[in-house]
Amino acid sequence: MQTTVASEYSNEIHSVPIEHRFNPYSDNGGTVLGIAGEDFAVLAGDTRQVEGYSIQSRYEPKIFDVGDNIVMTANGFAADGVALIDKFRQQLKWYKFDNFGGKLEIKSAARYIQHLLYGKRFFPYYVSTLIAGLDEEGKGAVYSYDPVGSYEREQCRAGGAAASLIMPFLDNQVNFKNQFIPGTDGKEKKPLKYLTLEEVIELVRDAFSSATERHIYVGDGLEIKIVTKDGVRTEYYPLKRD
Amino acid sequence: MFRNNYDNDSVTYSPTGRLFQVEYALEAIKQGSAAVGLTSKNHVVLVALKRNAEELGSFQKKLIKIDDHIGIALAGLAPDARVLSNYLRRQAMSSKMIFDKPIQTYKAVLSIADKAQENTQTYGARPYGVGLLIGGYDETGAHLFEFQPSGSVLEYYGAAIGARSQAARTYLERNLDEIRNSESTEALIVHGLNALRDTLSQDIELTNKNTSVSIVGKDQEFVVYDDEDVQQWLDKLDSVSNARNRDDDDDNNNNNNNDEEVKDEEVKEENAETTESAADAPDTTEGDDRMETDE
Amino acid sequence: MNHDPFQWGRPSNETYGAYNHQIANAGVPDNTTHASLDAFPKMHTQQPIITGTSVIASKFNNGIIMAADNVGSYGSLLRFSNIERLIKVGSETVVGLSGDVSDMQQIERILDELETSEEVYDNDGGDYLRAANVHEYLSRVMYNRRSKMNPLWNSIIVGGFYRDRTPFLKYVDLVGVTYSSSTIATGFGSHLAIPLLRNLIPEDKDYVKVDEQQITKVVEDSMRVLFYRDARSGDKYSQVIIKLDEEGKVVFEFTKEVKVENQSWRFAKDIRGYGSSQQ
Repeated sequence: MQTTVASEYSNEIHSVPIEHRFNPYSDNGGTVLGIAGEDFAVLAGDTRQVEGYSIQSRYEPKIFDVGDNIVMTANGFAADGVALIDKFRQQLKWYKFDNFGGKLEIKSAARYIQHLLYGKRFFPYYVSTLIAGLDEEGKGAVYSYDPVGSYEREQCRAGGAAASLIMPFLDNQVNFKNQFIPGTDGKEKKPLKYLTLEEVIELVRDAFSSATERHIYVGDGLEIKIVTKDGVRTEYYPLKRD
Repeated sequence: MFRNNYDNDSVTYSPTGRLFQVEYALEAIKQGSAAVGLTSKNHVVLVALKRNAEELGSFQKKLIKIDDHIGIALAGLAPDARVLSNYLRRQAMSSKMIFDKPIQTYKAVLSIADKAQENTQTYGARPYGVGLLIGGYDETGAHLFEFQPSGSVLEYYGAAIGARSQAARTYLERNLDEIRNSESTEALIVHGLNALRDTLSQDIELTNKNTSVSIVGKDQEFVVYDDEDVQQWLDKLDSVSNARNRDDDDDNNNNNNNDEEVKDEEVKEENAETTESAADAPDTTEGDDRMETDE
Repeated sequence: MNHDPFQWGRPSNETYGAYNHQIANAGVPDNTTHASLDAFPKMHTQQPIITGTSVIASKFNNGIIMAADNVGSYGSLLRFSNIERLIKVGSETVVGLSGDVSDMQQIERILDELETSEEVYDNDGGDYLRAANVHEYLSRVMYNRRSKMNPLWNSIIVGGFYRDRTPFLKYVDLVGVTYSSSTIATGFGSHLAIPLLRNLIPEDKDYVKVDEQQITKVVEDSMRVLFYRDARSGDKYSQVIIKLDEEGKVVFEFTKEVKVENQSWRFAKDIRGYGSSQQ
């Protein structure tokens, strides 16, 4: 084929009309984080919502109490996130009607959300989803998902814009990765133990203030939902607004 | 036997302008056990009498939650009520989903009225065989509606449907002022149970097994009390059996006080002795009673 | 001027080789027939045609304010100058639209239908459409259309009151993204007007400290700045103020044909690099 030498337009040669497709997704930034403790679990997220370099809102909460002592977030494309959570809430209501008001266990909620996500496998919800609550034994539980429904239960997980900044920090501070008992010459791993709620809140706040420093999509405010056997409560801390 | 030529379908009028199939559907409501609804300024109470097909069987649910702010009581064919209540639930949810707002009670009721009306004009369709009392609290206040298979919907301060419901209506009419001005929800529930009690036949009384109570209103999500939870309300009644002799159920209640007490005792004794036979009986007595109340 | 694009200073053939004419003819091969084009997937609106530029809006202590100019652009052509982009819905809600004007008119019809079905049919009074309801409804419409890959090409701001009479302001766009804030602007407004509005209302809760006069002034300034710097804007705009009077009743003030006053183009002479003077 005859081509123009070194032309930046070379790739414009097509045998079919150039398709200019509507992009049904956008990235609304923000980051989220879930940590499970022994008898509690937390889900945290910043309250900034962006579009490109513009901050759309400094307070648009994205962690929701969906009922039955479960908190949920779906971070990424905000419209999909809202749609997914609305859909889950609605289904939970039907579950209540069909089961004489019985509690939906978090593992059942987790499996159900997989089906919601995989149901749109070929036009996915563009979100990283997290849920947190207590399992049947009263132990803290966090479940995390990819956009098409692959999921697992974990001790902790970060999602969204600054996930890659926060996750290694969590590996180190929650699961004690690369931590060793002093004096063992790096041979003996530091044994795992549950963190207290106070320690977890401190970790979350450090994670978010650091992410705010390094990521333009993170900031403005930090909202944490804490699940214990007594229910869900919310805490708010300001973050840098620059 | 007389054969009616104009009741083969629901779309054909009789020469006198009646739709027999629809009227039969209204009869089906009267076969069901009674349900009573009543309103104060800010609350709606629905109470109902549950029946069980046999001694070992469970009781048919009579009160169904539609949304946090709406509930219904049914009399007639329970399966038909399930269809209607599921439809109402969907309507309530789409209102939440589409408008972020609880559905207005009136609109919810009209949505099933339209459905029911369609069955009276569609060849091959059967009108719903169930009547509903719909209680709801929304931004326009507390409302009580009666739904009928004909598609008619009317708003009431107090209403009763089902077997021997005339007795309950009589009670509601006589105590209307007090009911409407009830300050406490407790008073409203007690009035509801009093009305329900009046529908009882001689051989049964209100128990926590056969009575359902619900309430919805200002700062009060729709809640149903069943089984042991209903006992707290029954305890507030002066009596759980309908001791009135309906023949002289007039304004001379005061005179009858002594008689009633005596009767109460009698009835209780009788029940203690004949629980089993009483449970077998209701079908026949129910039919007889209905003839009486419906006259 | 020579209107042949090939004469507009293309790199010399000696250096880069001759122009490949396939590039100019790309897209429609010679053997194209109607039948072969029909084999293409069905396509929906994939770009706006006639467009309206920014809508700006803000809360203030007693209500909300919204403004949008009256221009309808066809690319860079000022095609219409009488387009009304603020719509009153129900008795106490305003919807401001930017983006494609035909889609906006479609939304107008949808909202008209909504008003009829919700406020007239089966309504025995006491219950009416509020801003939050209109917004939720619109966001369903927008998200459903984007999910069908057939979007309504608009950014929308809905303003009014919550049930408890506090001001309501929320946004929704062509992909269904929503958010609320005390100050919202679409399009160029998000770059030029938002800084001015946030200067007055730095945090969401601060709107209670701002009165109607203050916010009207800043909106006026914003519309002026937008006229200076947004080439698709006009100097005539509509403004809606929805507020509560002393008795707590809603007052809906719709002002049309507001002019951008006190223009000063002195700054233009200092602009270098483009415009009339090339230095």
